[in-house]
Amino acid sequence: MASTLSEKIIASHVGREVRPGEIVVTAVDVAALQDGTGPLALMQLEELNLVRAYNPARTVLFIDHAAPSPRKELSNAHISLRRFAAETGAVLSEINEGVCHQRLVESFASPGDILIGADSHSCTSGALAAFATGMGSTDVAIGIATGRTWLKVPETLRVVLKGGFSPGVFAKDLMLHLIGEIGSDGATYMALEFTGPLAAEMTMAERFTLANMAVEAGAKTGLFAADETTQKFLSAQGRAGDYRSLDPDEGAGYARTFEIDASALEPVVSAPHTVDNTQTVSEAAGKKVDQVFIGTCTNGRIEDLRIAGGVLKGRRRHPQTRLIITPASRSVYLQAAREGLLEAFVEAGATVTGPGCGACVGVHGGVLGDGEVCVATQNRNFKGRMGNPEAFIYLASPATAAATAVKGEIADPREFM
Amino acid sequence: MVLKGKAWKFGDNVSTDHIAPGRYFHLRTNLPELAKHVLEDANPDFASRMQTGDFIVAGRNFGLGSSREHAPRIIRLAGAGAVLAQSFARIFFRNSINVGLPVLELDTSGIRQGDKLEVDLDGGVVKNTSTGKTTAFQPLPPVMVKILADGGIVEHFKKYGDFNLG
Repeated sequence: MASTLSEKIIASHVGREVRPGEIVVTAVDVAALQDGTGPLALMQLEELNLVRAYNPARTVLFIDHAAPSPRKELSNAHISLRRFAAETGAVLSEINEGVCHQRLVESFASPGDILIGADSHSCTSGALAAFATGMGSTDVAIGIATGRTWLKVPETLRVVLKGGFSPGVFAKDLMLHLIGEIGSDGATYMALEFTGPLAAEMTMAERFTLANMAVEAGAKTGLFAADETTQKFLSAQGRAGDYRSLDPDEGAGYARTFEIDASALEPVVSAPHTVDNTQTVSEAAGKKVDQVFIGTCTNGRIEDLRIAGGVLKGRRRHPQTRLIITPASRSVYLQAAREGLLEAFVEAGATVTGPGCGACVGVHGGVLGDGEVCVATQNRNFKGRMGNPEAFIYLASPATAAATAVKGEIADPREFM
Repeated sequence: MVLKGKAWKFGDNVSTDHIAPGRYFHLRTNLPELAKHVLEDANPDFASRMQTGDFIVAGRNFGLGSSREHAPRIIRLAGAGAVLAQSFARIFFRNSINVGLPVLELDTSGIRQGDKLEVDLDGGVVKNTSTGKTTAFQPLPPVMVKILADGGIVEHFKKYGDFNLG
């Protein structure tokens, strides 16, 4: 029978065809923890008397959310992750390495894998045609110790992408638009599958941005087929051997199909306090902004920094608007340094930080004050997200964020291009 | 098993940031302390005024957002009997079952703040003794009934030494 990408990947792991709604116990290829969810996972392994990693080379512990540590409780949590890695041979990704999801796509996730991560944006690796999904600490702990997990085979919502982006409109705008259309629970329990002529043309960076935010529509994962673009990306990471092509079958069953013509899109923001509360930038324009944050697993890649650089080079941030830029990973950071982007950002008045989650999670490095407004390239604008429930977060593309930093109010990037 | 308590009403889209705010990130290894802040950004009085056995009653998409299992854990630790909502976000729903917190999908529109409720977990109904109205909730998938009956996924594993979900 014809299968979607999710069904194909799960079927290849359980050795038989699967259909939506079925419960399967399946092998796990990659399991990931981070410093917010990892300590609880390790406590659960102790409780279960299962302190071990079934596949240590594919068990990765990331210190990214509070990196470097801003306080002793978190420093002690970091110690527990380092100790587990040393004891079991699991891979430790230290404070200098960057956000887990960027590190996973650079070095660990491959087409056809099943990846579970104790972080909701684990769906990012779906862009490499991996069935990648977020779970809680205990589920991932059990996956680490046994090499297996249970899954409900999801229905698939197909998103057909057509047309091309107008200047100033980016993958982020498309994804915010989609979430605004279907709602923050529009794909609950489903897999998103991105397809169509525009999906085939997209760069990996664009695909990662879309897959990363699948969970913001409630989805379990967001997948792209593995094609030549995937192959080139993996080769560039020194992982040519990890590539295999993977497509959904012709005639696969979809719960729903949603079509987007990118040519018709304008720059979009998500206004406080939900991701589906979308407006066009022209509707939101003029709103005074205290802080702009460019980075994260959604939009902290080199391509994003180049876009921001295109706006910021030779300009200065508005004197009343702080600008924080956080590359997603060490390799992005290095590349940005080599291309002169970091220099341009510092000249523009930005605070450039080391790689990691940075200000996105409200732990350190850019916590907002009462009543302050932030434009951020991250994936969530929930009340309290950036450490203060009295603050207001707008989500936007790196271009819109950079334009906003220059103008001091929400601004259309097309004015600066 | 019948749970009894009163309703604490919340709206749609209560996120894990409302339940377990990021500014208390450092308390994630100290759950009893974190539980003192449960749902603080949705209702600052909830944690201090709720009584053991009370129910969280919400609208659509409860628990959206991060995978932090700390969210259902501190709801349970604070003493809530169950969460009743129109619908739940996926990761929160699964985490709740894993930690032994009953999460029930039903039409919550007729339940008011402070209403007295009786939740019949086996019978599949919620009786609002303040209004006299009885509402059925969506039965949990069998796999989750099993995990919940075992007291969560850790107890399930301790009992069987493996997944035993068939």
